[in-house]
Amino acid sequence: MTDRILQWLRRNLPAILVFVIFLGTWQVVISSLDVRAFILPAPSAIAAALVENWEAGYQIWPAAQNTFLEAAGGLVIGTLLGLAMALVISRWRLAADIALPVAVAISAIPIIAFAPIANNWFGVLAPTSKMVIAAVLVFFPIMINVLRGLTEVPGSSLELMRSYAASSWTVFRKVRVPNALPYFLTGLKVGTTLALIGAVVGEYFGGLNVALGRIVIESASTLGFEVTWAAIIVASAVGIAMYVLIIVVERVAIPWHASVRGERPA
Amino acid sequence: MTSPSVVEIAGLSKTFEVPDKGTMTALFGIDLSISQGEFVSLIGPSGCGKSTLLRLIGDLTEPTTGTVTVNGKPAPQARTDRDYGIVFQAPVLFDWRTVEDNVRLPLELIGTDKATREARITQMLELVELTEFRRHHPYQLSGGMQQRVSIARALAFEPALLLMDEPFGALDEMTRERMNSEVLQIWAQTGITVVFVTHSIPEAVFLSSRVAVMSARPGRVTRLVDIDLPRPRTVETRESRRYFELVTKVREALRGGDGQVELDEAAMEQVAAEGLG
Repeated sequence: MTDRILQWLRRNLPAILVFVIFLGTWQVVISSLDVRAFILPAPSAIAAALVENWEAGYQIWPAAQNTFLEAAGGLVIGTLLGLAMALVISRWRLAADIALPVAVAISAIPIIAFAPIANNWFGVLAPTSKMVIAAVLVFFPIMINVLRGLTEVPGSSLELMRSYAASSWTVFRKVRVPNALPYFLTGLKVGTTLALIGAVVGEYFGGLNVALGRIVIESASTLGFEVTWAAIIVASAVGIAMYVLIIVVERVAIPWHASVRGERPA
Repeated sequence: MTSPSVVEIAGLSKTFEVPDKGTMTALFGIDLSISQGEFVSLIGPSGCGKSTLLRLIGDLTEPTTGTVTVNGKPAPQARTDRDYGIVFQAPVLFDWRTVEDNVRLPLELIGTDKATREARITQMLELVELTEFRRHHPYQLSGGMQQRVSIARALAFEPALLLMDEPFGALDEMTRERMNSEVLQIWAQTGITVVFVTHSIPEAVFLSSRVAVMSARPGRVTRLVDIDLPRPRTVETRESRRYFELVTKVREALRGGDGQVELDEAAMEQVAAEGLG
């Protein structure tokens, strides 16, 4: 166990060092040049704001939980819709001709334009409206990735299955679905980041105050930029946590895939 | 030969439509009969349609004219009955399945009962000497080992016929020769009928009981060469006088020096026309 920790430290030490030096330089530059806080607050000021507003004041921690739930809900809804659409499109040629343009059109909607409408439709105070905004963003990368995984199966694999007189349902289960799994996980990785963006953008256009997007808007409007930065840092931490979770799932689900195998020889 | 025929090909031709170029006759006027237990190689220059011929036997593509009979049944029926196993040039293994799971695939599809299935897998992996790698994934194996998994998979459900489409074309010369000997051992042990596509003359001569020499444009079987080398064939076989004579004979047949069939242009055009219809 200690061996593994040491190993981890050795591998990540350069990155950690660079990060620490970066923070130190930032701190020194801000205090020595007397940069005003509304341009860029010092790391120590941001840290203080974070601690001060963790559960009291702006309530960053409860806000992070709310925003996470919105993003996660959107991720689930968008993923299910994307999966369903990919399955239907891969199965029926006609469905592809009808649905694919619609899907592309949906993905082309500027999310900022859609957010107020979703707030209006699903209730500005309800988390559902933010989930829907996140889901719209998540839907497309999931659908397009899964669709590729289901359809881009090597011809030789299909020929092998034909030699076994396998039905198209069997080919779907035994070849297409496992083939699509790495694509799906790639879509999920993109989707987690987008879900968080969707949730925060939705919050910009109104909602309960205990949410990261609201904290950013409100602290900035009162020139409390230390709090704004603290909220941004927490938001990206939530995004990183979701991303890391998907990577863990990937390690477990597709250990055989090149993306997981990494540097091991083929 | 008195053994029953496993593959019976009569009047077979195949034309493809090539965009902007009309039709291309890949195979024309093929008649070929392969008996049980034979090892027949199809050899010819690239583009002679030898792989197409193999795929027609396996009903992976349909003939334009003529018939293919496998085990006394039309080729599509034989495929549905899983009468043959096939090995492609690439191993075509599924990355997400371990070695044993890849071999298990056809047994799963056929619905073989569990006990038989597991026994078969063990037996097949012993046959191709991969027992200790059964829980490995394909990416952990060398090209030669992957192709051995592919062979084990093709044999797992004990088909009467094994179709091999340049299975060792991507391997280095030494691995290829070792694989040749392994295939012959398997052939001798199982008594299976093999149709083997290759563009290597030494490989065809070393392995086969008969070599069907093909020519290109259109693909035809121009010559059948009986390979009367004694069995079992070993390293010494490759150094024997008779082996060299037969290699020369096949090479000359490939060059079209003798025994070339006259082309019937009128009949060919008719086939092409039917293919369009």
